[in-house]
Amino acid sequence: MTRSTLLLLLGCTGAAALSLLSGKVWVPFDAWSAADPRSLIILELRLPRTVLALVVGAALGLGGAVMQGFLRNPLADPGLFGVSAGAAFGAVCALFFGYAAQAWLLPAFALAGAAATVALLALVAGRSGSLVLFTLAGLIVTSVAGSLTALAISLAPTPFVSSAILSWLNGALTDRSWADVELALPLTAFGALLAARTGPGLDALALGEDAARSLGIDLGRLQRMVVAATALLVAAAVASAGVIGFVGLMVPHLVRPLAGHRPSAVLWPSALGGALLLTVADSLVRALPTVTELRLGILLSLVGGPFFLVLLFRLRRRLP
Amino acid sequence: MSGLVATDLHLAHGSRPALDGVSARFGRGRVTALLGPNGAGKSSLLALLAGLLAPDAGTVTLDGVAVTAMPPRDRARAIGLLPQGQVVHWNMDVATLVGLGRLPHRGRGGADAADRAAVARAIAATDTGGLASRGVDTLSGGERARVLLARVLAGEPDWLLADEPLASLDPAHQLDILARLRDVAGEGAGVVIVLHDLNHAARVADDVLLLAHGRVVAAGPTEAVLAPGPLAQAFGIQVERARGEDGRPWLLPTGRL
Repeated sequence: MTRSTLLLLLGCTGAAALSLLSGKVWVPFDAWSAADPRSLIILELRLPRTVLALVVGAALGLGGAVMQGFLRNPLADPGLFGVSAGAAFGAVCALFFGYAAQAWLLPAFALAGAAATVALLALVAGRSGSLVLFTLAGLIVTSVAGSLTALAISLAPTPFVSSAILSWLNGALTDRSWADVELALPLTAFGALLAARTGPGLDALALGEDAARSLGIDLGRLQRMVVAATALLVAAAVASAGVIGFVGLMVPHLVRPLAGHRPSAVLWPSALGGALLLTVADSLVRALPTVTELRLGILLSLVGGPFFLVLLFRLRRRLP
Repeated sequence: MSGLVATDLHLAHGSRPALDGVSARFGRGRVTALLGPNGAGKSSLLALLAGLLAPDAGTVTLDGVAVTAMPPRDRARAIGLLPQGQVVHWNMDVATLVGLGRLPHRGRGGADAADRAAVARAIAATDTGGLASRGVDTLSGGERARVLLARVLAGEPDWLLADEPLASLDPAHQLDILARLRDVAGEGAGVVIVLHDLNHAARVADDVLLLAHGRVVAAGPTEAVLAPGPLAQAFGIQVERARGEDGRPWLLPTGRL
């Protein structure tokens, strides 16, 4: 294990402890015995929320690292393929038609949305393996899914529905239970398994497509693995926490100075970094003295937007 | 048939034929220059030799086996490709970059002692030891060219194919790269280089394959091919030929035909 991985693991442990303690009610460690009634808060509310923050953060960070490696673009984000937009639209449909009363239906719709997006991408750009085609197809899907989501909001039968949709679109980890963890964890684990196998291909791609193929990499297969891995990771995150942007964009950047620039070396540190970032951010929104809890998705957008702009300025300066 | 052999290759980009019946045989331990005007099919031929493309008709075989039928890892170990251009997409350090050349040799456990030794040899052969911990983005064009060559050498391929490795280098660095490629052939590998400069070919190549319009105009020892007749036919130019002190020919294009 490298030093950076160890550091990030330590960070995650600390963040998890912080996340268990923090909130409108601060629960000290000595309240964890079964005799104390506050242990219920820990076991049934805080613990699933903390675990979910770790899992969702890892999924988003890893998804971003895989995609940046594959597209060879430090500005790539899981949102770019349109997968999160597709997943979000699926969830919005569930809310619109009032299916969300059943706990498992909303996640199922989100998954269906992500899967449909991936299927469409594979259909449009899959066989050619062309990067440009792939990115453009993702862009179109994002824009269409966004319009349909806006349509759903404007046609919402009651103000409650449109409010539910809007609040879903600003992702959050409020009121999550073990059921959400049970949904997100296996999807993330499966996605991570696939992502782990893309390492050598992503490294070779740093030299360009011809060089990668001459090194024995099957680019078509690599693309299929990248698509499947990102779809699973993003769907897991969106289905359990709504739309949380910028994690996949920011985290790989933040870990690169620690882990080095080789794409495969960035994968696991990005998963850990994402878990760390989301857990800290989620502790923060709970601890902030606001009347209602600040939405996690909004906080990360407020931080991520300027981060993205600074990145653009820096990249622009490096261009001729 | 042993060696790298192209037999009656046909390849079209859309309706435009890129290669139209090219046959050639490349020898181990020799440097072969691919020469010809722009659009003659040099890069297409190199891509076919590397197994990156499948021909529309004809075959490329390595020691009797079609390169497109070889398992990709086996092919990658046997044939190293230095593509055109010097783009490296991430600012990794030089040692890491050179290590990418070992990808086809690596098992699941990552780099082992043999991999590290091969990388060290490649770095020594290209004289890039002083750059090992530098980021790729900080290198000059000449340094970058040497490092990218080291990346291919790290794979210790039996065949090295290079597509215009001298483009955008100053004369000193061009000579550097040519000397390294010569060394690689001296150690027994077959080297095939796409070149633009007739005099570079005259200096470095044992054999020349002269292409025009997707066909072979002339092929054989450098002395025989780099002569006014074949060059006129391929490029449509007049060439004066002299000899340097080392006995190798000099070529000066003097006008269009």
